[in-house]
Amino acid sequence: MTHNHTLVVDTLSLAYGDRTVIDALDLAVPSGRISAIVGPNACGKSTLLRTMSRLLAPRTGHVLLDGASVHRMPAKELARTMGLLPQSPTAPEGITVADLVGRGRQPHQGIFSRWTRADDVAVADALDATQTAELADRAVDELSGGQRQRVWIAMALAQQTDVLLLDEPTTFLDVSHQIEVLDLLTDLNRSKGTTIVMVLHDLNLAARYADHLVALAGGRVYAEGEPAAVLTEDVVRVVFGIESRVITDPTSEKPLMLPMGRHHTRDAGAATRHEEPT
Amino acid sequence: MSAPAATGSTLDRVLGARVRRAKGRRRVMLILVALIAVVVVVSLMVGQTFYSFTDVVRVILGQDVPGASFTVGRLRLPRVVLATAAGLSFGMAGVAFQTMLRNPLASPDIIGISAGASAAAAFAIVILGLSGTAVSLVAIVAGLAIALLVYLLAFKGGGGGSRLILIGIGIAAMLDSVTAYVISRAGQWDLQETLRWLSGSLNGASWQQLAPTLLALVVLAPVLLGQSRNLASLQLGDDTASALGVRVERSRLTVLVAAVGLIAFATAAAGPIAFVAFLSGPIAARIVGPRGSLLVPSALVGAALVLVADLCGQYAFGTRYPVGVVTGVLGAPYLVYLIVRTNRAGGSL
Repeated sequence: MTHNHTLVVDTLSLAYGDRTVIDALDLAVPSGRISAIVGPNACGKSTLLRTMSRLLAPRTGHVLLDGASVHRMPAKELARTMGLLPQSPTAPEGITVADLVGRGRQPHQGIFSRWTRADDVAVADALDATQTAELADRAVDELSGGQRQRVWIAMALAQQTDVLLLDEPTTFLDVSHQIEVLDLLTDLNRSKGTTIVMVLHDLNLAARYADHLVALAGGRVYAEGEPAAVLTEDVVRVVFGIESRVITDPTSEKPLMLPMGRHHTRDAGAATRHEEPT
Repeated sequence: MSAPAATGSTLDRVLGARVRRAKGRRRVMLILVALIAVVVVVSLMVGQTFYSFTDVVRVILGQDVPGASFTVGRLRLPRVVLATAAGLSFGMAGVAFQTMLRNPLASPDIIGISAGASAAAAFAIVILGLSGTAVSLVAIVAGLAIALLVYLLAFKGGGGGSRLILIGIGIAAMLDSVTAYVISRAGQWDLQETLRWLSGSLNGASWQQLAPTLLALVVLAPVLLGQSRNLASLQLGDDTASALGVRVERSRLTVLVAAVGLIAFATAAAGPIAFVAFLSGPIAARIVGPRGSLLVPSALVGAALVLVADLCGQYAFGTRYPVGVVTGVLGAPYLVYLIVRTNRAGGSL
């Protein structure tokens, strides 16, 4: 089982040149839960995740892991507690699945220290957890998109961190593989208590899989909490700028957002035909 | 799914594959070392006068053998030691660059760093009249400056991989013309010297000349080896490497300085032996597989390449060719193949 960790974002601001991307943002990530960050393009959700994992340095404010700034603590120490799966990692040509997963052991190894049995066990556990053991000797470049993503998650698991950040882990995957990846992350959270924070594009999948939903708008947290409390028609209007209906998903009892455009709504046909130009 | 406890079969599989590979890797490295040893001994034996194996061994052990002590000890041994040291340096530095920049074309002899070190060394010797370590220092400063220049030009305004390589090739061509100009200004026009600075040569190797190269190898190779884990992580992209606890910028700078240092010191003594840095890594990857660090296998391949090429260059053809001409003949087709293959695969250069 994992240890509890506090992960807090404290009045964080970050700008690219003159453009403020994150504006005095505060966020407390609930330990041992799955949090999903959602928001429109360019709302700063990836930037926030990248700053939390110290790929970017904040202009002001802090990201505190157990009270210590992640930007100041030793890199390896951070990497033993918090892992990150970036959006488009690159696999070296010809590398096998087992080798790639083994790379996740790096923060646990010294400069010249040898590979140990603990490393083998961690790799085997990660392969089993992601059901990629059968692929262990295959080359990563031969795998399908869904398999490849499971392998990358296996690498992050081999790192054995209590906190795992994922930047859009379901992009480029078809729906069956999206579900597969999110189920896998839920298994991981339920079985080991791993704190998971992920940026997700799909609002409905986020609402279904997250315990804690964070909606960003304009570089700030507009709403956060239980999905049922956060995913409302008002929030969707402010955050995404569209009208919608939010109903209860009959299978998961989670909120389900149905976006409304100008067409294909019950009275849109009439509206588009008869509306006078304004 | 229940909490995953490493099932025996998966663990056995992981462990088995790792042990098998480690064994295979060790075997390949032993073969390479044996090959190097054989070529070293043969290179010491053959020449205008043939000396027996026992004579050669006695000279190496420091005994006085009439004739052989001078020919083998003073002429052939420095040449062979320089060939080995330069090969090790080029092989290790080349694969460090290729790994760090994630591109087989990004080796220091393609992107202008060797050409910069060479032009600077030629300038230092011919125009400034320097010798020994001073030449190496000028070469390393030039190598670092060229690395920085290529980096700045390539990353100004983004772009990345292919830009870096094209800019590097352009700069290499420019620097070769600088070398040619410097040599044409030399008092007496010496074909051997020209070839040394343009394609690399071991002619006239002396202990005094190769001492800085050996010293650099002893100091810088361990620095690079210390970065081998970080290099493996950097291959996965900067973001992943950082998430794995690598200080990306610091690590990249360390690799860059150590690799440029190896290139520059070897180049100051032997010239930019064509394509050795470029070829060693891919050959090593082919024979040991992609698992694990390629730094040592590539260094061994580099040494074997230079030794074999020099032996061939001296005795296989009617005329004696400098080593760089032979490695150039080997390397050029591979360069063409690589460019054709990357373009066909639809990838950028």
